[in-house]
Amino acid sequence: MLIRYITQIGRYFLMLKEIFNKQTKWSVMRNLIFKEIDDLIIGSLGIVAFISFFVGGVVAIQTALNLTNPLIPKYLIGFATRQSVILEFAPTFISVIMAGKMGSFITSSIGTMRVTEQIDALEVMGVNSLNYLVFPKIIALLLYPFVIGISMFLGVLGGWMAGVYGGFTSSDEFINGAQLDFIPFHIVYAFLKTLIFAMLLATIPSFHGYYMKGGALEVGRASTVSFVWTSVTIITFNYILTQLLLGS
Amino acid sequence: MIEVKNIEKSFGGIKILKGVSTVFETGKTNLIIGQSGSGKTVMLKSLLGIHTPESGTISFDGRIYSELAPDEKRDLRTEIGMVFQGSALFDSMTVAENVGFPLKMFTKDNNSKIQERVDFVLKRVNLTDAHKKLPSEISGGMQKRVAIARAIVNNPKYLFCDEPNSGLDPNTAILIDNLIKEITEEYNITTVINTHDMNSVMEIGEKILFLKDGLKAWEGTKEEIFRTDNEAVVAFVYSSNLFKKVREAYLKE
Repeated sequence: MLIRYITQIGRYFLMLKEIFNKQTKWSVMRNLIFKEIDDLIIGSLGIVAFISFFVGGVVAIQTALNLTNPLIPKYLIGFATRQSVILEFAPTFISVIMAGKMGSFITSSIGTMRVTEQIDALEVMGVNSLNYLVFPKIIALLLYPFVIGISMFLGVLGGWMAGVYGGFTSSDEFINGAQLDFIPFHIVYAFLKTLIFAMLLATIPSFHGYYMKGGALEVGRASTVSFVWTSVTIITFNYILTQLLLGS
Repeated sequence: MIEVKNIEKSFGGIKILKGVSTVFETGKTNLIIGQSGSGKTVMLKSLLGIHTPESGTISFDGRIYSELAPDEKRDLRTEIGMVFQGSALFDSMTVAENVGFPLKMFTKDNNSKIQERVDFVLKRVNLTDAHKKLPSEISGGMQKRVAIARAIVNNPKYLFCDEPNSGLDPNTAILIDNLIKEITEEYNITTVINTHDMNSVMEIGEKILFLKDGLKAWEGTKEEIFRTDNEAVVAFVYSSNLFKKVREAYLKE
């Protein structure tokens, strides 16, 4: 079991090396990158916006409902919403959700190409199939922090709307709380995490799709396994990065 | 010419190819036949470089594949055209984009020149009105023709076909066989076809390699296959009454 895991990790790093070998012609790669930006980034904006807005609202309501002591100021609702959304919800939990959305899309599309011999066709033609299939995804996901930036904004906006229009706090109190003790490094920390999660989101599902064997059933199975491993890796890296960047 | 010398290949400790040697000649349709599990697909994938044999050599006009540098291997692969069993067309591309793909990847031709060549090869395979269709919008026979057009668009020296007739009706199967034979002769390509289809053997088999249990059991021409006494070949090729009668009629002549 352990040997299998170590072998898989080694194979994953060999795949990373191969992705950057023998580049595809720029004129072809450019179109592939635009297509991936459309599929992975633009295609995710709707669901990210929806989830962020409503979860931001729920965070604000939950905080308000737990502030039962009249000595605790109401501006804490804005403060708690900002901290939760910027530090954890937007970068980490949206990434776990994207492991399901983007990850299963990547695994199933590459896996289907594997079972229908399209990857063999690329290799036989002399194309570096890993570079052709995975490199554009990595480049497209460099725009992933942009998605997370939108998620942060909409999360806080959702919190403000739920707090104010739900009658839990006033607009001034929420905004004061949202600006209270703001540490700019938290944004740096959040976007740094996001970039690393973007790399994991592009490569782990690709790995599971590229090296899968079997037929249609195995494509579905590979998508599930890929979601589990991408989520586990994101959560593990989240812990390590938080300890390294904020813990010391 | 492709020369195969004593290649062996195993999977999970089971030897699939047990030292096969043969020569696939230029300008001829070379067929690999044999029962399921005889090693045909492993043989073809070894020729394509998808599988690496444990021993033996495969040389393409004197270039021994295993001795080439990675870049030279990739260059050699640009001289290869392959028609996969399931066609392996790229789902997200139209017919014209599929056919023009090798040109876009490996030539400096501009779009109009690529389009010209795509039009030419699609016409060559009798497909003139499918340029803008997706592979999912055309029939199996048309997909095979697109796959052949994509395989020959780059003027390959070597053409490999894995079960080109599988899943096709008899008429389309004959059309595909004849198309491959014509292209082989027209462009003087070394063509290797992996097939189960005895019609193909009788129609276009200029050189036939019969594999059994990972070994070369017999090789010869389509004329010789009618006269052979090799038990394994007779049991495999003439298992149906129709082919038995065809053979009897041929021998009477």
